[in-house]
Amino acid sequence: MGFLWTIVTLVVALGLTWRYLGSYMAAVFDGRVHFLGAVERPLYRALGTSPDREQTWRRYATSVVVFSGVSFALTYLLLRIQGSLPLDPQHLGAVGPALSFNTAASFLTNTNWQNYGGETTMSYFSQIGALMVQQFVSPAVGIVAAIALVRGFARKESTTIGNFWVDLVRCLFYVLLPIAFLAGLVFVGQGAVQTLAGTVSIHDAMNGVTQTIARGPIGFMEAIKQLGTNGGGFLNANSATPFENPTALTNWLSIYLMLAIPFSLTYTFGKLVGSVRQGRALLAAMVLVFGVWVGFTSYSEHQGNPAVAAAGIVHQSTGNMVGKEVRFGDTSSALFAVASTQTSTGSADASYDSFTPMGGFGLLTGMMLGEVTPGGSGTGLYTMLIYAIVAVFIGGLMIGRTPEYLGKKIQAKEVKLAGLGSLVMPLLVLVLTAVAVSVHAGRIGPLNSGPHGFTEILYALTSQGNNNGSAFGGLSGNTPFYNVVGAIDMLIGRFGIMIPALALGGSLAAKNVVPESLGTFRTDNTMFVGLVIGVIVIIGGLTFFPAISLGPIVEQLSHGKFF
Amino acid sequence: MLTNLRRSVVMAAISLVVFGFLYALAGTGVAQLLFPHQANGSITAYGSTLIGQNWSSPRWFHGRPDDTGPYASNPKKGIAGGDNPLFANGVAGESGATNLGPRSKVLLADTKALVSYWHRHGVDPTEDLVTTSGSGYDPDITPLDAVVQIPMVAKATGISPSALRHLVAAETHGAELGFLGSSYVDVLQLNEALAHLERAGR
Repeated sequence: MGFLWTIVTLVVALGLTWRYLGSYMAAVFDGRVHFLGAVERPLYRALGTSPDREQTWRRYATSVVVFSGVSFALTYLLLRIQGSLPLDPQHLGAVGPALSFNTAASFLTNTNWQNYGGETTMSYFSQIGALMVQQFVSPAVGIVAAIALVRGFARKESTTIGNFWVDLVRCLFYVLLPIAFLAGLVFVGQGAVQTLAGTVSIHDAMNGVTQTIARGPIGFMEAIKQLGTNGGGFLNANSATPFENPTALTNWLSIYLMLAIPFSLTYTFGKLVGSVRQGRALLAAMVLVFGVWVGFTSYSEHQGNPAVAAAGIVHQSTGNMVGKEVRFGDTSSALFAVASTQTSTGSADASYDSFTPMGGFGLLTGMMLGEVTPGGSGTGLYTMLIYAIVAVFIGGLMIGRTPEYLGKKIQAKEVKLAGLGSLVMPLLVLVLTAVAVSVHAGRIGPLNSGPHGFTEILYALTSQGNNNGSAFGGLSGNTPFYNVVGAIDMLIGRFGIMIPALALGGSLAAKNVVPESLGTFRTDNTMFVGLVIGVIVIIGGLTFFPAISLGPIVEQLSHGKFF
Repeated sequence: MLTNLRRSVVMAAISLVVFGFLYALAGTGVAQLLFPHQANGSITAYGSTLIGQNWSSPRWFHGRPDDTGPYASNPKKGIAGGDNPLFANGVAGESGATNLGPRSKVLLADTKALVSYWHRHGVDPTEDLVTTSGSGYDPDITPLDAVVQIPMVAKATGISPSALRHLVAAETHGAELGFLGSSYVDVLQLNEALAHLERAGR
């Protein structure tokens, strides 16, 4: 019953957020929000730009790439010289080169894959100055790229799609900063830690236990970690630790924050192209897929753990509790996990490695759908629009007309770009998984044996290729092989889709609008929603089916066998 | 290209200052002002109510077995054990789960060992008492997890089972706002109440 209310309250809260945050973001990127004008204007002067200096898609994309390159270099540098920087009460010393490389790529691409344990590797300086900064900046880059693509649909015969620097500043100051700060207060109020005072040692006179407890500026990082669909926690066990996620209320808030921006951007999209119905159609496709995945993943986790059953506890009324926290329970952990994997967040309030075979299947396939239901901050919307273009193209083939989407003719160039954008990820993930299982350095990674070991490898490369960052944590990822392969996976997974999306924006902006006629293929009705879901499921499902069947499906079918 | 580079450096510097340090410092300041107890780790006289401890003696209620039986810290074998937020009783660790898969032979053997551990203590365990948590130091158990341990605690302390049942009921926190998560018992608070009851009884 409690779970039902959790869902109901989330639906109501997210519905209101979709409507109001969605239109607020449309106003922000239209330049109609000015309450921080006094901060905004000096920033534009420092950057040597202004809102009326627009960029072509090429310049926009170049700005994205150069800025990302500088962010990468700075993050790498800060981690390498950590030992010489202040705010290091535990004297943790420099981070190694391969790990720094992987971590810099990870936070820059909004992945937040973590091959390290936060409390034993990163100083407060690195957590704040290197990692948390990227947790603000990388989702903002994703969001503005999506807005640039949307402008391609909204504009007529335009050579430009906006100004990257202006969009970035607006997104950071008007959207991410205020929401994160408010949410941070709730996290701390509930019990998340926020201090720079270092560890605390306790001695319990009752049982003789002594503990040294890791602390840090955790609560406010937690807020932007979830809001920006980042997922990289301060502590190794992420949102499962009470210092990051102290109560069932913060767990609810985490789920809400992860979903807020990705869902709301469909409203922003509708608003900017002049038809909220168009945004609602994309939202419907996202919600339907997301809902089905929540349903069967929660159901699977409520079924109990096969190993625990075989050890004599057959009736598990609280479900599969291996790797789960009592204050969340089985179904809420599953809901958190689905939200985290389908928004490209990748935070974890439980051990995903210990989910039941079908529960793990839900998480893995949720990412394989391409992070579009609703996907990451911005990345979800632009990837969804790429899938929508593919759907329009297929629909056009079926009725034998030149496909149009929002009045823009979808021609060979757009179809090629959309094809590229939708195939990069599956190709990348499958090739790198094949490499990892073929070489010794890849095969020694998994903790578990049998099909589950294969799933650990497949999950790691799927997660990084989709810029998700969640993990089947048993895999030993901090090796030169996984650090380098993972970094390549994350970088191609990010820019291999973002750049075609920006190119699409440029190409669409240049086109005129074809007036709607009786024969126009409608993209705001149930039929189109079904077509989009079909495209998502076929691209994700069919491409990955052979790989999936070697992992979780075999594991599920091997009744009574242990590996 | 050069313009982009210059703008990137400026933007990176602004981000470092505003979204790194100003955000974190302002957050820390407000948090320390409004919620000092929470912001510093919910520390009480016996430890943090948010960090599980190892209660190995039968005279205490046990938490999740993050540091019990097969999961007990063993530096020789390289097992950090749970309940180690950084160090516990001199053994280094960090937060984390066992990450054992649902069809793992190791998980099966470990769970069997825990079931017999509880049976030796006269307890018929629930699933939470034979499975480890996500953080490695889950501070809570469900009310049922506490109730099934009553025979063990009653025998070791001499307190009547009915008094212990009242104790568990009094220490049970309901689901938040009535529907979020499940009702739970904080093991540290429960054992503090138990110690209080023992002192009062003498």
